[in-house]
Amino acid sequence: MPAPRPTDPATAGSAPGSTPGSAAGSAAGSAQGPGKLYARIPDRAPGGFDGQLLSFAEELREEGMALGTSELLDAFAALEEIHWTRQDDFKGALAATLAKSPDDRRTFELVFERFFFRAAEAEAARQEISEGPATGDQALDLDLEALRQQIAAALREGSEAALRDLARLAIAAFGQAEGSGVLGVDVQRIRRALGLRTDPQPDLPAEDPRREGVPREQLRRFEQHLRRELERDLIERTASLPPKRPLSDLDRALPTGPIQDLAAVHRVVAQLKRRLATQGHEVRGRKRHAHVDVRRTMRASLQSGGVPIELKYRPRRPRRPEIFVLCDVSTSVTSASTFFLSVLHALHDSFRKLRSFVFIERISEVTEVFERERDFRAASEAVSKDAGVADISGYTDYGRVWTEFLALIEDELHPRATVIVLGDARTNGRPPRDDVFAAITARAGRTFWLNPEPRLYWNYGDSVIAAYAEHCTAFECWRTDQLEDFVKALTQPLVV
Amino acid sequence: MSETAIALPDSVDDVAAGLREAGYLPGEATALVSFLATKLGKPVLVEGPAGVGKTELAKALARYLNRTLVRLQCYEGLDEAKALYEWNYRKQLLRIQAESGEAGWQDVQDDIFGEEFLLPRPLMTAIAAAEPVVLLIDEIDKTDQEFEAMLLELLSDFQISIPELGLIQARTQPVVLLTSNNTRELTEALKRRCLYLWLDYPALEHELEIVRLHSPELDATVARKLVEIIGQVRELDLKKPPSIAESIDWARALLLLGAQDIDAETFKQTMSVIVKHRTDLDTVAARVGVKLEPAAAVAADARPAA
Repeated sequence: MPAPRPTDPATAGSAPGSTPGSAAGSAAGSAQGPGKLYARIPDRAPGGFDGQLLSFAEELREEGMALGTSELLDAFAALEEIHWTRQDDFKGALAATLAKSPDDRRTFELVFERFFFRAAEAEAARQEISEGPATGDQALDLDLEALRQQIAAALREGSEAALRDLARLAIAAFGQAEGSGVLGVDVQRIRRALGLRTDPQPDLPAEDPRREGVPREQLRRFEQHLRRELERDLIERTASLPPKRPLSDLDRALPTGPIQDLAAVHRVVAQLKRRLATQGHEVRGRKRHAHVDVRRTMRASLQSGGVPIELKYRPRRPRRPEIFVLCDVSTSVTSASTFFLSVLHALHDSFRKLRSFVFIERISEVTEVFERERDFRAASEAVSKDAGVADISGYTDYGRVWTEFLALIEDELHPRATVIVLGDARTNGRPPRDDVFAAITARAGRTFWLNPEPRLYWNYGDSVIAAYAEHCTAFECWRTDQLEDFVKALTQPLVV
Repeated sequence: MSETAIALPDSVDDVAAGLREAGYLPGEATALVSFLATKLGKPVLVEGPAGVGKTELAKALARYLNRTLVRLQCYEGLDEAKALYEWNYRKQLLRIQAESGEAGWQDVQDDIFGEEFLLPRPLMTAIAAAEPVVLLIDEIDKTDQEFEAMLLELLSDFQISIPELGLIQARTQPVVLLTSNNTRELTEALKRRCLYLWLDYPALEHELEIVRLHSPELDATVARKLVEIIGQVRELDLKKPPSIAESIDWARALLLLGAQDIDAETFKQTMSVIVKHRTDLDTVAARVGVKLEPAAAVAADARPAA
């Protein structure tokens, strides 16, 4: 939400009981005092502390975490058992009851920092508490070299409290003079002034802890501390709360969705996984039975006097792969290919007997990549690095892809196999070779095509989806609900 | 086996101290979540990479609280019969054959469906125990969804219904720990019932403490260098990064070899203690091994002139 421009308090008119925690803070904050013309501190939430926690939960839900009321009740129960004066315990109790997976943990940490930092600062601004500025002499007396070394040493140890204090010292030493007002720039400037880098600097003296380079993770944390202290200064000086920074700014590791909201995609994909797993498709060798082994059963029945109580089963033969996925990763579908890759990744999670390929002009098998990497980001990086599927032009050549695919796995296609193609069927003027495609679909049991373009665009330009659609079932797949439709079709039992 | 279980702890610090005494060095989150679990009576879902001490936590908790540890090791294909309870069919059959003829069906039925013919499996043992226990359900991500569904009922009500015998309710409140290696996503319903604890590789100082606890005779500088090197190895992109268990093993190996320092030679010899894949060995040798000082100078001096 954009920050509201400072307005005449007479015309700014949101009700005093406006939603707490929202960045579009009402100018009703001006009710606190005549001097605060431009105060943009939102009102405190109703309901006291419980209300604060509920608004925290609301923020978590906004970021895509699924929190049920039962988990909130657990959180309240947990908070009753610990002392709130210890921040780690407080945070840990909330985390243990609200954030129940590594991804959720990451989101939780960011939202927690953001929410409670803002709440604390808002409260401080309401009560007009501020910290005295560092006196000029104090700043000058700092031995800059010693400060640099101290900071590097603290980074190695990793103590949060020390980092925080040293961040404030660093700002006092370097920050006041030429503050540019843009937080990111200031943070980088201070970091450079301190000479902190991740790569080794052999020209420094031997005892200097920066010599071998500062670990990247610690450096990032120090930058976070710097940033936080700079924000705090800013809030004090301007007595207003800047708008909420979106989480993807705070942590560049979070996905920024090319197709709609990638978090939503991940959720649907997770549902897809679960449905695929329960629908009787082969997931793992669940039970070891296929057929009753009569001889072994009769032998076992000797123990119980000839009555066959326990059935023995014949061991299961390993089945051939049942799903083959081909995914177009060319630039015409760049935004879609991340989406498709996450679908691929989900399928790999559910199906062990899955072989997946990416293609542009050539085909490349990436089954191993997905089996090795559980994390989606790592997998997509590995795919883009290792899969050498593009020649010079980088435009998809479907005809060649079909030929290669057929040649590669001709023997493995059988009537129980399913082939899924993720692509936009734009052949860039090259021959579509739908005869080869027909050969593939004839061998496989079912073939599906997922097209990331809306149906309206099919067959316009160089899209030849019509030719392919004769031999398979084509779905348009650019919204998450369409993906769900596809899942339903995929999980319908196969009639052989 | 053990005397009566001790009273439940009063604060997070008590738990932390107790776990330390039991030989396990907890992180802050670990002590907190264990404390909450005892107070709230909710199970704990512990996730994390292999070898960070998830199973050890359960053992240490059992030692600290002075309770028996009941362990259910999950695997693919685990079902009710192996986890919950099973009727001893053979014994029942023998009983029927022994009594054949005289007794009517009602008497036989009462006889053969008694408690003596019931084989309790770990979950049943935990529920029916007279003294409170610590129940460890290890590697639950290896089971399937039916098992999780069955577990849900158990974890929420702590009771088992056996058709022939009726409802068996827990007389005491066990402390339940579920561990998972994160190979698959567990169902939402199960996660909702549990408190969540993520155990990750520890920070440098913490790991140093752990290593020194398990190998106190190892020289302090060597131990520190060991932990630093392990940290560097973990930052590489390996198939299987070394875990805490491997740090401890390496410390023991170095102690056995009487190493005074970790130089390139020693590292090359003992590398396979911490790195367990062929490709990883090459990566580690190339990236970390070259940063260590070679042992050549020392060896040349020590060798007597030929």
